[in-house]
Amino acid sequence: MSQTEEHIMRQSRRRVLKTGAALAATASLPKFARAQSGPIKIGMSMPQTGSLGAGGQAALVALRLWVDDVNQRGGLLNRKVELIAYDDQTNPANVPAIYTKLLDIDKVDLLIAPYGTVPTAPVMPMVKQRGLLLMGNFSFQVNAKVQHDMWFNNAPWKDAASWSEGFIKAGLGANAKTIAILAADQEFAQNLANGARELAKQASLKAVYDQNYPPTTTDFSSLVRGIRAAKPEMVYVMSYPNDSVAIIRAVNEIGVGSQVQVLGGGMVGLQFTPIMTSLGSLLNGVLNYNSYVPGMNLPGIEDFLARYAKRAAEAKVDPLGFYLTPFNYAIGQMLEQAVNGTKSFDHKQLAAYLRKNEMKTVVGAIRFDNMGEWANPRVIQAQFRGVVDKDAEQFRQPGKQVVISPDAYKTGDVITPFEKARSAK
Amino acid sequence: MFSFDLLFEAVLFGILLGCFYAAVSMGLSVSFGLLDVPHVAHPAIMVLGSYCTYVVAGWGLDPIVAGVVLMPAFFVLGILLYRFYYESFERRGTESGVRGLAFFFGVAFIIEVGLILAFGVDQRTVHAPYIGSSLALGDYRIPYRMLVAFGVALILTAALTVYLSRTFTGRAIKAVAQDEPALRLMGANPVRIKQWAFGIATGVSALAGAMLIIIGPVEPAMDRLYIGRTFCVVVLAGLGSMTGTLAAGLILGVVESIVLMMFGASWAPAVAFGLLLVVLGIRPQGLFGR
Repeated sequence: MSQTEEHIMRQSRRRVLKTGAALAATASLPKFARAQSGPIKIGMSMPQTGSLGAGGQAALVALRLWVDDVNQRGGLLNRKVELIAYDDQTNPANVPAIYTKLLDIDKVDLLIAPYGTVPTAPVMPMVKQRGLLLMGNFSFQVNAKVQHDMWFNNAPWKDAASWSEGFIKAGLGANAKTIAILAADQEFAQNLANGARELAKQASLKAVYDQNYPPTTTDFSSLVRGIRAAKPEMVYVMSYPNDSVAIIRAVNEIGVGSQVQVLGGGMVGLQFTPIMTSLGSLLNGVLNYNSYVPGMNLPGIEDFLARYAKRAAEAKVDPLGFYLTPFNYAIGQMLEQAVNGTKSFDHKQLAAYLRKNEMKTVVGAIRFDNMGEWANPRVIQAQFRGVVDKDAEQFRQPGKQVVISPDAYKTGDVITPFEKARSAK
Repeated sequence: MFSFDLLFEAVLFGILLGCFYAAVSMGLSVSFGLLDVPHVAHPAIMVLGSYCTYVVAGWGLDPIVAGVVLMPAFFVLGILLYRFYYESFERRGTESGVRGLAFFFGVAFIIEVGLILAFGVDQRTVHAPYIGSSLALGDYRIPYRMLVAFGVALILTAALTVYLSRTFTGRAIKAVAQDEPALRLMGANPVRIKQWAFGIATGVSALAGAMLIIIGPVEPAMDRLYIGRTFCVVVLAGLGSMTGTLAAGLILGVVESIVLMMFGASWAPAVAFGLLLVVLGIRPQGLFGR
């Protein structure tokens, strides 16, 4: 080996050693010190296609609005916030893989659950096993069996009773003695149906029709005819968006009988503007659950909805967004309060803070119970009245969905029977 | 809860529903049943037809008329699609079936994603005087939209049966399904015949799409709901039989309706597909297959 070659070799060896030492020094730094300058990553799967896709896309617009707001305020503990959301296609089978990717590859710092019960259920065992905080997103009773103590579900209900009480009460008020139950063969609807059956039993209502229908059902004429033949006085329906539309149409075409006092209760989809607009006058008389309707006085919600409307128009999603979007914005607000309150991203500390403190959000003040559900649930049961065809803007008026319960938000009495309510203004 | 009234109504609704199933399976009966093309994108093309109907109906046309107006454009789309499939897979021989399956799955996904990008994920629906109202016959109420599906299915079946049995091209399509080399010896070009037939199948899908959006609202991923059902109808019928497709659709519709109305609704898909298994066990070539 010549002298020159030897010199070069020595130099490159030195360079390699230097680089190696630098890398080793970087690796030995605590994890948080390396990440201090990077963004805080919040990860979630969200149904952006499939039956819950319309709601999911609107919810993402709201969450991104919060991300922009919090970043304008300097981020969380001076770190910018980044939202990573993958489409789970409303398919629960996709969800565990998405959350594994979020945690192990994307290395997210905080987690939000997908919108809805069915996509959320598969991720519960994983977050419990790993001891992670999960902000729930309009799920229903997914923590009942898992009992994860770091789960906080932002939805205005708690259990089946909190959801169904208003509807059952409205029927009982009209002297109903019999009930028909029609529920989708899905986790959410089945949880709700079981609770409704229990409540009906307590109220001595006789179940004259009780069916679970498969998610592949395309036409509901036969099922509605079956309900009509059973002559119930209350018809409690627990359905997903596509089914809800088909059921309302079939009810209008086939009829359910003049003895029916109230119909609706747990129909998902009748809160989404495109669906409400397409069904139009067919909605009149239906008494159904909701999370927010115009006329409810919640500080900050009007401002949020006005800002959301601008973004929704650009994103071609639900232009009004009353149902789901303020609650998604509120999830961001709660995370922000918890992080600022604890000055930490530690999941245990954040969970402890969320459990102990009242959260101030655009959907009102929220306190969680020991199961991570709203301690003071507020499921609206509202009756559609005077709805006309092909007009989305009409739903901004308070009178189009009259709040029957709870009493604190009541804007009118339920009109019964159902046939009479359909023509009421 | 059993009554003959209810049973009669279940059968009535089943016939209407069955005609709808037959109508949405008719295109597949040509492409898969006669041409042996693994056309799993058939329901996706149908959903594309629904969205095109939605757009054209927005100009003031009746949805059924919109479906008919769209048929020539879909016919051309079918020709192009088959040509691509033929050049890329069928012509190369071995494993064309498996690769073709992957190709048509790809086509279905592209259509679905394209529709999401163009229209978003919201449901779309059309308005027509016969949607949302019903014909009252005493105590019975029959939705007009189902009657429309019934009528269109009958017309489609009759038209395709006559076309395939009475015209030269129709007979050639049947011949290509039975013995392609023999057709070639007669001087006809089987590829052109298949291309034409695939065009017809795709054109029919436009009308089926119009019916789909008349029956209920559509969303881009709706095709997944119909893959199993349409293939079930075509296989139950016996590959390539148009009247068989109508009969299989009717059987499936009536069984489903009776189970939905009178027994446990959860059992409806199991009973329908169980029926398919039983029929194939007894008659592997399907009800009307040779």
